[in-house]
Amino acid sequence: MANGILVVVIPSRGTLSPASYELLGAGKVLADALKQPLLAAVIGGNAASLAGDIAARGASKVLAVEHPSLKDFTEEAYAKAAAAAVAKADASRVILPSTIAGRSLAARLAVLLKAGLATDVTEILPDGKVRRGYYGGNLIAEVEFKSPLAVMTVAAMTFPRAEAGGAAAPIEAVSFDPGAPVSEFVSFQGEESREIDLGAAEKVVAGGAGLGSAEGFKPLFELAHALGAAVGASRRAVDSGWIPYKHQVGLTGRTVRPKLYVAVGISGQIQHLAGMASSGTIVAVNSDKDCPLMQMASIAVQGEYSELVPLITAEIKARKGHAVPA
Amino acid sequence: MALNIIVCVKSTPSTVNVGVDADGKPKIAGVPVALNPFDEFAVEAAVRLKESVPGSTATALTVGPDAAAEVLREAIARGADGGVLVTGPEFEGGDSYATSLALSAALKKMHAEKPVSIVLFGKNTSDAGAGVVGTQTAAWLEWASVSAVKKLESVDGTSATVLRQMEDGVDTVKLKLPACISTIKEINEPRLPSLKGKMASKKAVFPKWTAADLGLQPAQAGAAGAGAVVVKAALPPARPAGLKVEGATAAEKAARLVDILVERKLI
Repeated sequence: MANGILVVVIPSRGTLSPASYELLGAGKVLADALKQPLLAAVIGGNAASLAGDIAARGASKVLAVEHPSLKDFTEEAYAKAAAAAVAKADASRVILPSTIAGRSLAARLAVLLKAGLATDVTEILPDGKVRRGYYGGNLIAEVEFKSPLAVMTVAAMTFPRAEAGGAAAPIEAVSFDPGAPVSEFVSFQGEESREIDLGAAEKVVAGGAGLGSAEGFKPLFELAHALGAAVGASRRAVDSGWIPYKHQVGLTGRTVRPKLYVAVGISGQIQHLAGMASSGTIVAVNSDKDCPLMQMASIAVQGEYSELVPLITAEIKARKGHAVPA
Repeated sequence: MALNIIVCVKSTPSTVNVGVDADGKPKIAGVPVALNPFDEFAVEAAVRLKESVPGSTATALTVGPDAAAEVLREAIARGADGGVLVTGPEFEGGDSYATSLALSAALKKMHAEKPVSIVLFGKNTSDAGAGVVGTQTAAWLEWASVSAVKKLESVDGTSATVLRQMEDGVDTVKLKLPACISTIKEINEPRLPSLKGKMASKKAVFPKWTAADLGLQPAQAGAAGAGAVVVKAALPPARPAGLKVEGATAAEKAARLVDILVERKLI
């Protein structure tokens, strides 16, 4: 009988992001719930050298699946590698990140394992059931796995990051045969900008139709910079061409769960709320005090954004000890 | 070389504003359904690809109740050449595992009649929103798969080179065909249904395949074949009431807001 919670960590471009430690946080919750051991696996071209980073964060063993075919992400090779780790661990549950790579790996792995799959899990319950959003997060469903094995991806910014401490778990190499490749990674073109990625941001400043123009985003970028926040946008701002689609938050954009979400000039239609309603603290800045976002915000500030946002930025800089430009 | 393009589509509730009943079941009975929004981009990609390679066809495929034929008609109105409906009570209540198995069985059947070149999918459905069916379908067939595709750079008879949008940039991936490709919004701007397309869609007749037609056991289809089932659903917990920042001037409001954020250790 399979026994073990296997957390699968996927490096991005050869390095592990701290968000990976959230998987171990989720793994601990599930391991405690099902009373099964917690193990971790690292998959990649340099998995063995990265395994040490994971070894002292709660797992009783770390499996390193390293192979040249895993240097860059392809769905088939990574799924096969993950399956090899699952077999070695004799795991009953597999936890992956809700990133583009994590989700597609989980999808393929679930079929290889004949396992049920739940993506973007936001809660793990004491009986092993999980919760996830449906209909753009308008409903939260409790999901039960019918198969002996199960695969899940956990939502970012939701589970605690496992800290390093205690003895390092043993690291074991897992061999794997990629078989004849059906896809080939050709190249990667990185983003030019140094902007913080929306999905992993603890703070987000987002702008909507109320900004009126692309220039309207300038004060928002300055506020975001002062806060160390990522910049988001409503669909209307993106459709108007004021800011690229990668900033879009909502049903047809990104779903974010930052600690702080500052919505400027966004009325708060259902489709936008679907992307940010789980944020910790929501601040709304809007001239319309009755719009949905102002009604549901943790903190509502009524007024003209063009006046308010620069003043807020100046206040933050003053508190942080930055000189306010004359 | 002419391409046999399949685009998988789904009929989904036309609103996400769905409530639950006392038993925790989503109240979707009577809610109008339509072509899943992200599938519009996949249909457009399929039709553009068809148009770019002479002799090619684009066929829509869906698993759903009888009424799901409407989304096949929608695909034809947008330029697809035909459609196939996988249907029967046995398919109700399926999750991505069961649905992808059904799609893979249909594709296997189609591939045996005429080799399939490429299968396109939308990013995710507006109901479950998982975004995994395209990849899972490929896994069943042991075909290549790729997700988050923003551009089909080149497609010939044996391979496809695509651009995949990752969180930190764009990957270029080359896949052996046949392959399953899940697209994202950035791939195109879908055309509106044409008059000619609408007329063709009204006349279209679709083959209907049951689980038996696909060689699937009842236990493999729908709720019986699901690996994960929704036990109950609920509205998200209500957010606590918020506070309004007061101030005679914008500067006062700004200062008060920052006070609160500092108090709450958010900055």
